[in-house]
Amino acid sequence: MTLLRLFFSFLQIGALSFGGGYAAMPLIQDQIVTVHGWISMDTFADLVAIAEMTPGPIAVNAATFVGTRIAGPAGAIIATLGCILPSCIFVTLLACLYTRYRSLRLLQQTLLALRPAIVAIIAKAGVSILIAAFFLDGTLRLSGDNLSVRRIGFFIFALFLLRKTKCSPILAMVLCGVLEMAFSAFAALPA
Amino acid sequence: MKPHKRQILLRLFVSTLYLSAFTFGGGYVIVTLLKNKFVDQYHWIEEDEMLDLVAIAQSSPGAVAVNGAIVVGYRLAGIAGAAVSVLGAILPPMLFLSVISVFYDAFSSQPSVAALLGGMRAGVGAVIVSAVWDMEKKVAESRDTAQTVILVVSFILSCFCNVNVLWILLGAAAFGLLRALWEKKRKGGRA
Repeated sequence: MTLLRLFFSFLQIGALSFGGGYAAMPLIQDQIVTVHGWISMDTFADLVAIAEMTPGPIAVNAATFVGTRIAGPAGAIIATLGCILPSCIFVTLLACLYTRYRSLRLLQQTLLALRPAIVAIIAKAGVSILIAAFFLDGTLRLSGDNLSVRRIGFFIFALFLLRKTKCSPILAMVLCGVLEMAFSAFAALPA
Repeated sequence: MKPHKRQILLRLFVSTLYLSAFTFGGGYVIVTLLKNKFVDQYHWIEEDEMLDLVAIAQSSPGAVAVNGAIVVGYRLAGIAGAAVSVLGAILPPMLFLSVISVFYDAFSSQPSVAALLGGMRAGVGAVIVSAVWDMEKKVAESRDTAQTVILVVSFILSCFCNVNVLWILLGAAAFGLLRALWEKKRKGGRA
């Protein structure tokens, strides 16, 4: 049953992630965090960071990561198959159609309207990741022991690096991680 | 000189495996590298045709890197070619992530690793915000009011009304299709 659910979840992710890049991220979050609760929002944020640092598309990374955790190697294979199956069917179909009609205009114009919607849902996923990063218990409860002002500072620092210098995303993320590690080690020192 | 089919399959597999294992930075980078390999180095595909294949990969659902591998494989050696290339493209991320998945479970609760991951969440939030920033700029540059409206409405629906991402995508796609059909009809009427 679990394998079947994994398969269909990732089938849906693969079939609906138009636009490449981060387009799959909100769909993955919806399926594996919100609908099935296979991993927590914190772990999802970690998964996105890991996917950013390793080669390969985020959907394949997520399929393997979640599949392994839920059902071992078989889960990883089934989930990955689910997420690439729509690609295999759609791409070959489109390639056949294309050789006949030599035009993708209708499809490309439809995708043009999809693009802003994709940007919006990626932005929403970004908001959830920031909530997971800033609020230690994952809820919007404003209190000194829940809201990490330090991490808001790291976020602004990383955003500054990404926008104003040619800093790579991987370096910016690792810097934030190392800074947090240093600060918490320092805080744990006996006074 | 047309190489033997088995030789094509082997080269397809090795190329996609290699590109997938060592390319950071997402699908568009891989598509460029596929072009370098099969157009410029092997001369198996014409430059113009490659542009069409890339358009197919980008218009299909799923990861662009996987789609690119499928379409190039299919073009060069049919279904067998597509199967071999897709296998090459997904094997490296599957291997990396299965190993990471096991380590994640074993180490993520250790205080120093937890701090590293927690800080990285703030960093990955910045990476997503920066990516959305770039994508939003592109939407604004299109000078198409409808696209801006779709972006704003989708974000409000997703972030504040908790509308499922699936409905947002389907709504935007339906709008795009109707608009494309309407424009086609209008142009047809004038001609």
